[in-house]
Amino acid sequence: MVELAIDNKISRTSIDDPTALPCMTPDAMVGSKPFLAAPDHNTKLGFPGELVDDWKEKAIARMGYLAETNKAFKVYLDTCVKCGACTDKCHYYMGSGDPKNMPVARQDLLRSVYRRYFTFAGKYFPKLVGAVDLTREVLDDWYSYYHQCSQCRRCSVFCPYGIDTAEISMAARDIMDHIGVGQKYCNEIIGKVMDVGNNLGLNAKALKATMEDLEEDLEDETGLEIRIPVDEHGADILLITPSADFFAEPHIDGLMGYAKVFHAAGASWTVSSYASEAANFGMFIGSEENTAVLCNRIRKAAEDLGVKRIIFGECGHAWRVAYNFLNTLAGPFDFLDQNYPIPQHILEYTWDLIERDQLTFDKSKNDEYRVTFHDSCNVSRASRMGDKPGGQFDIPRNVLKAVCNNYYDMPDETIREKTLCCGGGGGLLTDDLMDIRKKGSSPRMHALQQVERDFGVTHMVAICAICKTQFAKMMPEFGFDREAILSAHQLVSNAIVLEGQIDEDDDDDEDMEPEMNGASATGDGS
Amino acid sequence: MISTLYALLFYVATFLLVAGVSQKIWIYWRTPSPLKVVVTPAPTTNTGVVLRMAREVVLFESLFKSNKWIWVFGWMFHFGLLLVLIRHLRYFTNPVWWWVSLLQTVGIYAGFAMFLGLTGLLIRRIVVNRVRYISAPSDYLMLLLLMAIGFSGLMMRFVLPTDIVAVKTFFLGLLRFNLQPLPMDLPVLVHLGLVVVLMIIFPISKLLHVPGLFFSPSRTQADNAREKRHVGAAPAGR
Repeated sequence: MVELAIDNKISRTSIDDPTALPCMTPDAMVGSKPFLAAPDHNTKLGFPGELVDDWKEKAIARMGYLAETNKAFKVYLDTCVKCGACTDKCHYYMGSGDPKNMPVARQDLLRSVYRRYFTFAGKYFPKLVGAVDLTREVLDDWYSYYHQCSQCRRCSVFCPYGIDTAEISMAARDIMDHIGVGQKYCNEIIGKVMDVGNNLGLNAKALKATMEDLEEDLEDETGLEIRIPVDEHGADILLITPSADFFAEPHIDGLMGYAKVFHAAGASWTVSSYASEAANFGMFIGSEENTAVLCNRIRKAAEDLGVKRIIFGECGHAWRVAYNFLNTLAGPFDFLDQNYPIPQHILEYTWDLIERDQLTFDKSKNDEYRVTFHDSCNVSRASRMGDKPGGQFDIPRNVLKAVCNNYYDMPDETIREKTLCCGGGGGLLTDDLMDIRKKGSSPRMHALQQVERDFGVTHMVAICAICKTQFAKMMPEFGFDREAILSAHQLVSNAIVLEGQIDEDDDDDEDMEPEMNGASATGDGS
Repeated sequence: MISTLYALLFYVATFLLVAGVSQKIWIYWRTPSPLKVVVTPAPTTNTGVVLRMAREVVLFESLFKSNKWIWVFGWMFHFGLLLVLIRHLRYFTNPVWWWVSLLQTVGIYAGFAMFLGLTGLLIRRIVVNRVRYISAPSDYLMLLLLMAIGFSGLMMRFVLPTDIVAVKTFFLGLLRFNLQPLPMDLPVLVHLGLVVVLMIIFPISKLLHVPGLFFSPSRTQADNAREKRHVGAAPAGR
């Protein structure tokens, strides 16, 4: 109770300035560590099962290897001048006050070791340049603080040299994996995708059954036969979407939205049970090899099913991997139709249909929502939508404004390229990291509280499975309804008018749509 | 004797500076970028990238977005230094290039701007607890070294003038491998000695941000992964 009272007080004072800083509290988060991966989770990914005997030598060797093979890692380690521009930009620092959550300090945990073993100054004058030996304590700090970085790249935007802490934290996790110190959440999940095809471990049979249930729900709602095909050979479009879309709220409402859009467009599409996962946690652990393995499942599914196009559902880091890495790690995609972007984002697809006047909406269906949009970090700072830079900000907003009447942006320093992370990205979306997740989400939640106060905003839309899951957990902690987080295509789904559909407004008792709860959230929230 | 020592030091320092920085540039150049890691929104063309980098180099665009105080002090220092360096070209050219003569007066004010900027950065480093936390001794010493160079230079101009004709003869002599005496004044010896130190530590210190800036993949890559397949490196081994 005391803790809650204190939090509420912080919330009130921070509403005016969501990016306000707390008092610096050294070691406040030193105890925050995720569970270690079990040996078979590590070995499955090609890493040693547990901490190897000669871990120091192995870690230094891996560090040297990365410096030789990754320009970003090498240049970022050398270039920092400690100007301090990034020190107040990380949501985990804003939320925790632990100075090792300042981006430069987080980088320095690794940079100081790099200097000691790889630079003249660090070898001969370690004290002068802050170089340190690699010790067990340093390794513990790595494990702690490189799992308090969501790799959101906000710091990089503000760095005069573009130094990207995400690159350093990925490298640090890669080095730790190579000495047998893996993180349970990420490594276990990557193994599941390799075995079954998705993060959930949902097999083909279960997936088909789930999709059939959803088709029934869609028919109940609309009276139309709207399909969610699985493993349909010869379909035009392969939809790769985060597996959360298959079972969790509000993700699943987004999936039904995609289905309705495809239906309205008369598109032939399918999901794949072999590549039933957009998420690629190989990126979070900085492992190019494992990222590539998962990317190539998507390529194989596309080839096997004989599709012409690949479209990705609402997922943040997955879109980064798809947009920036897929072509490199699993391309070239010569066998796809070159007239469409490879790959394409579902929002690009929907917005294109809207622009071409192919979709009809009844915006009033969303009048119970006063919405704002949370720019997901990886979409904002590590990808694009459409032809122009910044399309990743405009296209989602354009779609939202096309399907609902009440749209408001959060404060400028918290959106678009300066967007704040949800607090659960980068492989931190696990219960063992709940404390740092909550602290990291607080700046975003304060920004939401501000637009709630100023514009009566009731709901926040996200286009990332991690954001949605994280916010569903965080909303109640900050005085919102659990269901105040929505999928973008959920609002599309609500407003879209399909040819021949029955109007479900009157007889809709057993429908699972969240409007009912959403309406009560409107009442509570404002 | 001291003149000979200084001449030798300048040859050695110049060699270390050029060789060291060239080696680093070569390493940065040759190290592959396995993946497309540009921070977006970013230009989609190479011309756009050149413009983005020009804004970063000339205007410190990202730093401006980040923190106005660091930007003001940092920009004052760097552009003060640039003008001061241009001003100093007159010690190495005979006859002096017309545009260098033109900038002589401005160069003096620039010396003050540079010193003020450095002072501001040092005060920030001491006063702001976040910046103090991330500072190593070398971070303070680097600022103090640059301030001492600036201070000794301004001393010579305004308080204890030295025989600048002799200084110029010394440097023109260095360029032609023809040793000439330096004036034996303390400010000039301190000034030049510290410059030698700066040149030597350049390639082994954070001053590498100068070449590093041009090799930062988050800024130098174009945002065109879908249009053009990025092939950064041979598949990484373990």
